[in-house]
Amino acid sequence: MRDGLVRVAAAVIILVSASLLVTSSTGAAQYFPVPLAESGVLIFLAEMLISAFLIYMGFKYRNTLAVILVAVQATLLVYYEAVFAGGMHEPPSLFIDQFSLIMALIIGIIGTLIGVYALGYMKTYHDQHPAVKDRQKMFFFVVFLFLSAMFGLVFSDSLLWVFFFWEITTLCSFLLIGYSGTAESIKNAFLALNMNLAGGIAFAVAILYLSVISPDGTYMSIRALLDSNQAFVLVPAVLLSFAGITKAALMPFSSWLVGAMVAPTPVSALLHSSTMVKAGVYIIVRFSPVLSGSIEGLIIALIGGFTFLLASAIAISQRNAKKVLAYSTIANLGLIVACAGVGTYKLVWAAILLILFHAIAKSLLFLCVGTVEQRIGSKDIEDMSGLIVRLPKVAVMMFIGIAGMFLAPFGMLISKYVALEAFVEAQFGLIFVAILAFGGSITVFFWSKWMGKIISVDPTVSELKDSVHKEMLMILTVLTGLTVLVTLLFPVISASLIEPFVLQVYGHSTGLSQDNLTIMVMMLFLLMIMPLSMLWYGRDQKTVPAYMGGRPATAGLAFAGSMGVQRQTSLINYYFVDLFGERRLLMAGTALCFGLVLLAGILAVGVVL
Amino acid sequence: MISLTSAILYLVLAPFIGGLVYGIDRKITARMQGRVGPPVLQPFYDLAKLFQKEKVVVTPSQNFYVLGYLVFILVSGSLFFAGGDMLLVIFAFTLAHIFLVLGAYSSFSPYSFVGAERELVQIIAYEPMIILSAVGMYLVTKSFFVSDIVALQAPLILYLPGVFLGFLMVLTIKLRKSPYDLSTSHHAHQELVKGVTTDFSGPALARIELAHWYETVFLLGFIYLFFAWSLPIAILAIIVTFLLEILIDNTFARMKWQFTLKSSWLIAAMLGLVNLGILYYLGNGGIS
Repeated sequence: MRDGLVRVAAAVIILVSASLLVTSSTGAAQYFPVPLAESGVLIFLAEMLISAFLIYMGFKYRNTLAVILVAVQATLLVYYEAVFAGGMHEPPSLFIDQFSLIMALIIGIIGTLIGVYALGYMKTYHDQHPAVKDRQKMFFFVVFLFLSAMFGLVFSDSLLWVFFFWEITTLCSFLLIGYSGTAESIKNAFLALNMNLAGGIAFAVAILYLSVISPDGTYMSIRALLDSNQAFVLVPAVLLSFAGITKAALMPFSSWLVGAMVAPTPVSALLHSSTMVKAGVYIIVRFSPVLSGSIEGLIIALIGGFTFLLASAIAISQRNAKKVLAYSTIANLGLIVACAGVGTYKLVWAAILLILFHAIAKSLLFLCVGTVEQRIGSKDIEDMSGLIVRLPKVAVMMFIGIAGMFLAPFGMLISKYVALEAFVEAQFGLIFVAILAFGGSITVFFWSKWMGKIISVDPTVSELKDSVHKEMLMILTVLTGLTVLVTLLFPVISASLIEPFVLQVYGHSTGLSQDNLTIMVMMLFLLMIMPLSMLWYGRDQKTVPAYMGGRPATAGLAFAGSMGVQRQTSLINYYFVDLFGERRLLMAGTALCFGLVLLAGILAVGVVL
Repeated sequence: MISLTSAILYLVLAPFIGGLVYGIDRKITARMQGRVGPPVLQPFYDLAKLFQKEKVVVTPSQNFYVLGYLVFILVSGSLFFAGGDMLLVIFAFTLAHIFLVLGAYSSFSPYSFVGAERELVQIIAYEPMIILSAVGMYLVTKSFFVSDIVALQAPLILYLPGVFLGFLMVLTIKLRKSPYDLSTSHHAHQELVKGVTTDFSGPALARIELAHWYETVFLLGFIYLFFAWSLPIAILAIIVTFLLEILIDNTFARMKWQFTLKSSWLIAAMLGLVNLGILYYLGNGGIS
């Protein structure tokens, strides 16, 4: 019953999202006023309910900070409702433009695919974790609530509405991270909650500030804010960017996303690809025209840039596959924010490309790791040695997913390349060029060694038969297909969705030169046909054991050591903990980015005064 | 903008030039060490012999990765000589080396494995500097296309002295010369045996060697860009550079990977970034 419902709902959402593409892909943003007069009151009541629930949870688990933060936020909202809400004249409206459409496609297609995958995953999860209480009803309800809130967030023009959906995503992530109910998961759920509530308070302050500026609610709409060329708009833009930074888990708030890894893997996939963190970067990219060229925008971009560099470096020292993925997400979000903060039209183009490609490749990778974890009982990369022999299909898909994250000519690399070209021309761009040059090569290291681990052909292991649930495998296949397909269709996607959006907002647009597009497509085809070469290496070759320095060795790599002792060899990747250790770099990043956040705050206060 | 003819010329001629360069290299190295050395054509004999050897593999899949290495070296080199986008060239070049590394990983053996890890360290050591070189050329010529950079009538080297020195440093890594020949080298049986190439033999090893020749010609072409305004000076510069690399190779002992990584990043940051900073300052009429 539940399975059927989830599948049907997923199919409907995917169809509707895809049909949006057909009905509204061209032209300017379309606005749809919402005639419901009571919507404001209803939203206020819902927000109060959420606050009450969170305060209850805060008391229940004795988390004072959460209670205080919710109380502050609720007070701000009550104050707004009492003083300003009556003065609002214009009805809030929904809108759709190409950027919302891209976000909707990511949420609608990738989000629901993850939901369907979770059906199989959660059954096995509960079989493997008998201690965890089965709350799947709540789980799937929250997953779909999460997706709905994301749709609301990207389609709302009124900041009040955006805020409402924003808070729902905070609530959903809190519930999902704490799903297993263990002490650790509760602790991390509250960590995520508290950091996001801090962002939510900044959001609420932005709303109050705008109400003071114009009590009739003119500036409560995103359109009005972006259209007005007033200096004060920078203040809400900075506040919203702060909220975005907390939600997108940039430094100094990165720890919540790493902590969120305790949740079941589909939740991580959801948080990283199509919900939560994408909401954070969405709002910053939306306000990028306001930030562009300002010193505050530059500071926000720097926070993104340092996050990219340091999070990539930390990923080198991680063995846990989910943590590597988490740090790589944090890094990429940092890069997106760096693009949006500097905010030239080329960089915004690059930022949207990054959002799109990251969502696809990262969801694929998380689901692969989840599948492998359930099959081999570990998420340690060292335990994935020889995966190509044990779980060939999943290993190949994981391989493509990783390639999608950092190799030419796949999407993420195209986006980084575009960003590099755009930074060269931007003001202060050299800092970011340097960050990209070093950070980009760092990512090569941690992805490649992971790839190397899974493709090493271990002669001592054999294939696990009947291993992966059919439906899960199908979802993985679809996502793998999407990774390749979107790279192939990249010129079309860019020309029909991203370029028109950038053109509308900035008056200029950009694209890659025809030569480069041709070359990339040719490279991709080359990569796709190259596996066929395996057919050509035939019977005339002899297979021998690996070279072991002349010492007699067994297939399992045991040396004949001195004194007749057999010594087992084990192959373990480099992790460079002394150079790229998590603790030290995280401390540096937190301090640096916290300083930058403060600086942006002080500058914004300067604008107010 | 993209010229097919020069790409084809590269594909045909590069192996001969590359082999010859290494023949001369071996001769000069031998003279520096007071030996006579093999004939100049020795690398060609070696390669021909490798191709005739029995096909022996540890795992069949390694053939695929070796082919990937060769193919993408060819792609990046021909794209470069055709006048294509420098950043794409660099990315294809990286992709090629990832294939080599994966080939070493695929054999699941200790020597290859350590070689692969070290090769990766080398990749992250040299890549920032190569990207910064391309950016430096962009700042002078306002284009990432090799065809536009070659067409510059002014001496690029005068604008990019720091970048050029930084590039020389990573060239030592790329040509697999001491003190940075960490992952594999032509010289003595070392602690790593032959690093990344340990478990390749016969035709597969021949393909790797061939790819390395192509790669060398591409890298020498990169030096050419700095002196492109005058052909004789450019050729002289390439010769001097290569002789310098041979000298360095024969006078330094191998260093640890930590030193490779730190020194190359430091050089990239100091020489490369400072050079770019100055250009950036001049090019944008001052940073406001």
